[in-house]
Amino acid sequence: MDPKLIFKDILEKGKVPFVNMEEPYDDEFSINVNLGNFKAACLELHKVLKSPVMMLFATDVRAKRGVFTLSCVFSSVKYRKWITVTTDIDGEDPRFESLSKEMYSASLFEREIKEMFGIEPAGSPDSRRLKLHDEVWPEGLYPLRKDFPAVASLWRDPAMSCKDVCVGGVTMSAAASGEYKFKRIEGEGVFEIPVGPVHAGIIGPGHFRFSVAGEPIINMEARLGFTHRGVEKILEGRTVSDAVKITECVSGDASFGHSLAFCQAVEKICGINVPEEASVVRAMMLELERLYNHAADIGGMAVDVGFSFPSAYASIIKESILALNKELTGSRYLKNVNRIGGVNKNLTIEDITCLRGSLKGILKDFGELKDMLYNSVSFMDRVDTAGILKKKTAEDLGVIGLAARASGIPMDIRKDFPGGTYKKVRFDVIKESGGDCLARLNVRTAEFAGSAGMILQFADILKCGGQKLFADHPAVRPGSGLGYVESWRGAVLYWVKLDEKGTIERCKIVDPSFHNWEALSFAVLGNIVPDFPLCNKSFDLSYSGNDL
Amino acid sequence: MFEIIKNRLFKGVVTGSLRGMGPSRPEDLEALGQELKTAIHKRFGRSFHIREVDTGSCGGCESEIIATTNPIYDVQRFGVDFVASPRHADALLVTGPVSKNMALALKKTYDAMPGPKYVITLGDCAPDGGLFKGSYYVEGGVKNILPVSAHIPGCPPDPMTIIRYLLILLKV
Repeated sequence: MDPKLIFKDILEKGKVPFVNMEEPYDDEFSINVNLGNFKAACLELHKVLKSPVMMLFATDVRAKRGVFTLSCVFSSVKYRKWITVTTDIDGEDPRFESLSKEMYSASLFEREIKEMFGIEPAGSPDSRRLKLHDEVWPEGLYPLRKDFPAVASLWRDPAMSCKDVCVGGVTMSAAASGEYKFKRIEGEGVFEIPVGPVHAGIIGPGHFRFSVAGEPIINMEARLGFTHRGVEKILEGRTVSDAVKITECVSGDASFGHSLAFCQAVEKICGINVPEEASVVRAMMLELERLYNHAADIGGMAVDVGFSFPSAYASIIKESILALNKELTGSRYLKNVNRIGGVNKNLTIEDITCLRGSLKGILKDFGELKDMLYNSVSFMDRVDTAGILKKKTAEDLGVIGLAARASGIPMDIRKDFPGGTYKKVRFDVIKESGGDCLARLNVRTAEFAGSAGMILQFADILKCGGQKLFADHPAVRPGSGLGYVESWRGAVLYWVKLDEKGTIERCKIVDPSFHNWEALSFAVLGNIVPDFPLCNKSFDLSYSGNDL
Repeated sequence: MFEIIKNRLFKGVVTGSLRGMGPSRPEDLEALGQELKTAIHKRFGRSFHIREVDTGSCGGCESEIIATTNPIYDVQRFGVDFVASPRHADALLVTGPVSKNMALALKKTYDAMPGPKYVITLGDCAPDGGLFKGSYYVEGGVKNILPVSAHIPGCPPDPMTIIRYLLILLKV
């Protein structure tokens, strides 16, 4: 059935008028509506497609058309499409009606749009800033607007005091002296425990505010944004090949997933056909990334309950996979492998032999690790029923990826939007219904075996002919498109818009951590504070991917 | 318990080698480690304690720092330890380009350390912002905030590089 008819039908049933519709690519569908109908259209699609907000972002096109555009992306597994609803927002008095009361998964995106663009989500229940902390960044400065200079020296005059800000020659004496307001729980015997941003372990920075009465946590709020580096602004104006390197450093433990999502978006816009062999190599690398991270997380969960031997064992497994990565690609974290149009690295017959050999050993070690953990009563006692994330909560928050699968939501881009490569191999989407730490552990152990199986199947497909694995001289052309990859945490999404010069005009990045951090606040409720590290590790979310 | 004993016996000692795939030459690691141990013994009386602070890194550097403590590299046996509090630390190991939000936390962590103290930067972002140089939200490197004594380059530096540079720092 023609997708235009399907979506026309959906909107007409909800009595939502639209301006136009088009199908720019096979897997994307875009609907243009007036600002007044934006909310109704989004809510209708949310209801019918049963999809959370996958992305909600603004773009500044005031220089060309005097407006901001606002786009909301949903996914539809049924129709195998990513649906984007777009509207224009007045450039002079930018505001739109907030979606988050009816559709909570839009909440964080709205806060982000407000701080980055100064577009007001009218009626939003929470307008606190996420990344630009009130203590260091003045009000009224919106870095993702196009008239905000990309280079820092242009907006801050060194002669001025650090609290004065100069943008486009206009000095604003905007002192940043705000304070972030945490939710307050009051009552007899309730006290607060502030933790972070510098933690005891070797991990990223974030602040957690616990409210506890006795031992159980009655509220936990995470304040993030500490690793905000302005990635989206840095990417603007770059050539696509320069940008690949930056996307690899968005989240260091998912560097391949991120660069792949970016490359796929650009390849889609420019109509570049990636050689089949290169797609297989990419899928293989993506699974290797999943393997080393799952091994690290399983070890991390063991260490967070004080079970050190299995954790040391898991770190041997992780090290073996990193060493294998190095052997295959020259980089332990699979950097410099992706390029626009394909991959830099050719796998030879010897590489495949080495891969098979070490994977055999890795799987054997992993079996032992699993036995040690699952046969330990005290370990099982800690993970079982700890940190439950209910299915309904997960759906409302828009939780995706591994955490969603552990709470009974079987979403997996590899199955839902398989492309060509993942159709060639057999694998199952792992689903658990418990939603607790054990469920997330089970998903990881099952996926570890699944991914290893997939890598071996990919190895069978590879021809190892020694031909080059990238499309020649990819011609960059203007346009916009969405790249999506099921990275080990979940869907990594890149919406890229290229201008006439072939450089990046806007790149919106959504790491699965951005969807999932809030789930942790719900999962820890009622658990005791000493179980927090375990719950946290069972999600293992990225700080830098969230903060950008 | 049975599994643990079994694995402890069958796995044996993995330090320095990993089916031929760990550090490219295990004997290098041993020699380097012994030298490091001697240097630490001389200058710090047995142990060199490091507090790590992430000021906006992508997490790659953290992963490699953790890898130096895994059973293959096991840097602890040479006297290097990563501690949970700046109060226990001889050196501060800083990764990341220093985002504005972390500048104060970094300063406070440094101030909490007892003297004499060193600051070591790690990873290509830390000296000047690296890939994120010039961004509106980075402070352009650790050196603008703290006195830096040494730098470990790489994106991210692998465990052998980290160990090698620690030795260079201690010898100077």
